[in-house]
Amino acid sequence: MDTDIQVSPGAMFTETALDRQKRRIEIVVRIFLLVVTSLMIIPLLLIIGYLLYKALPVLSFEFLFTNPKDNMRAGGIWAPFLGTIYLVVVSLLVSAPIGVFAAVYLNEYARENWFTRITNLAVVNLAGVPSIVHALFGVGAFVLFARLGESILAASLTLAIMTLPVIIASTTEALKAVPMSFREACWNLGATRWQTIRRIVIPNSISGILTGVILQVSRAAGETAPIMFTGAVFYKAIAEGDLFAYNIMEQCMALSLHLFTISTQVPDVTEGIPYATAIMLVGSVLLINAVSIALRVYLRTRKKW
Amino acid sequence: MNILRKKSAANVPFSETVIETLIRLCGVSSIIFVFGIFFFVFREGAGFLFNGLDLGEFLTSPEWYPTSLNNKRYGTLALILGTFSVTTLAMCIAVPFGLGAAIFISEFCSPKLRETFKIIIELLAAIPSVVWGFIGLTLMNQLIIAVFNAPIGLTMLNGGILLALMSVPIIVSIAEDALKAVPDSYREAAEALGATRWQVTYRVLLPAAKNGLLAAVLLGAARSIGETMAVLMATGHSVNIPSSPLSWIRTLTATIAAELGEVARGGEHYQVLFIIGILLFTITFVVNLIADLVIKGIRQQ
Repeated sequence: MDTDIQVSPGAMFTETALDRQKRRIEIVVRIFLLVVTSLMIIPLLLIIGYLLYKALPVLSFEFLFTNPKDNMRAGGIWAPFLGTIYLVVVSLLVSAPIGVFAAVYLNEYARENWFTRITNLAVVNLAGVPSIVHALFGVGAFVLFARLGESILAASLTLAIMTLPVIIASTTEALKAVPMSFREACWNLGATRWQTIRRIVIPNSISGILTGVILQVSRAAGETAPIMFTGAVFYKAIAEGDLFAYNIMEQCMALSLHLFTISTQVPDVTEGIPYATAIMLVGSVLLINAVSIALRVYLRTRKKW
Repeated sequence: MNILRKKSAANVPFSETVIETLIRLCGVSSIIFVFGIFFFVFREGAGFLFNGLDLGEFLTSPEWYPTSLNNKRYGTLALILGTFSVTTLAMCIAVPFGLGAAIFISEFCSPKLRETFKIIIELLAAIPSVVWGFIGLTLMNQLIIAVFNAPIGLTMLNGGILLALMSVPIIVSIAEDALKAVPDSYREAAEALGATRWQVTYRVLLPAAKNGLLAAVLLGAARSIGETMAVLMATGHSVNIPSSPLSWIRTLTATIAAELGEVARGGEHYQVLFIIGILLFTITFVVNLIADLVIKGIRQQ
């Protein structure tokens, strides 16, 4: 086809004013977005660095293994640290089976209909309920209605319901990653739905499920509001070094609440102790998260299908 | 063939029906829990809600004097405004950063850099809210005093920055999903017409993903509204109609957290705190519902 635009050889590749403008905008935008994204690293590093710097004079093994002393103005974090472990373990025992089964239901059993849509919506909404409302629910349902009183059990149940969506979401991801052909092959051999799930789907996604469970642990360990009125107390002395010092029908201290208490309610705390408590809390949580991330990255590299 | 069928048929009756019932029960547990939360919070607050509380005053009066000896007043307007002002401020900071980072991670990044950024954002999301509150109380407090010459750094600005940092990870991850959901053929078609990456993003991807981006912002805002410990520790904790970013405020969530431990169970003040809980539940429920409808809207297109 004839055109009346005359293009001289070479002129096709010379930059016009418009091209130059395009290129300049492109560079500016790229730099701007890179800076905006990189700025996200700063708070993370700044927070950890600042806390660590302030906490260093106090941090030691002794700090971890002694109880708070002198009206919480001195001493260590043994009682709150152990309390957090109790809360996390009990809540995990409740939420892991329910969460995994719920995800199995949503992924393997549920059909595409309005009811499934509502179930999914409920999961999203459960994740969106403010933590303090979970606390009110815990008080109303577990402490008062179920007559558990303020106890480790009541606080853990509250935490379990709060962290359920974390496990459901990550388990659903893991189950979805198992190819449909695996299930079909299994059904064709005459296996029932549950046999397929137990022998094929879950073994092939167990590591993915595990990352979700680890995430739940990290989430539960950091929460404060839901346990404040359901089972965690400001102060409770326990035997140092005894792993079974708490009874789950009694109250306990918790690391997150302890940080809140000594930084806002107790005057004249030894300089460094709140920072050391904060770094222990944030350190444990980030460490657990890092394990989960590392596991996920490792799995992705050695996926068989 | 026959043997296999028999075997599976034999397994179905008992163990399998039990386990399947259990799975179905767990499957609907989320629905039960959401209703349970509403029911039990409502149950604790219902008595005073229907019998004694002036709802008009509750929602429109700024006078929150629950412990006054002779004239108790339960007006939450100042608290509602506190929640919304600090959330708005947080969103003003978090939305440009969150969407910018999502665009960069999804469109301009090498795969390796993308993984690194995603891990960093995930770690940022994992920091517990009480630690954010502690940062607000110490580091941010000093910074605000130094920069703005304010008498106290525990202000709406302090809480807003913390909430922004806490909601950025949510905004980034949902906005990135939304951008990824735009089919590659859109990008290819635009690039074939000579568009640069930014032109593709600005003219094609952003309009195509706008619902998902809106949902990301909404969910970030819902997170800010529901956040408790950080705002409790960092915003000055004084019932106040907010006038500037440097004013002290108190939010709905912080009020419950601060006062629930000190009230007599079953009393008016106690019940009012549960009614505030219902209000918060309703607000976040509606925001989440809208976000969900907006996201589902894209899928149907």
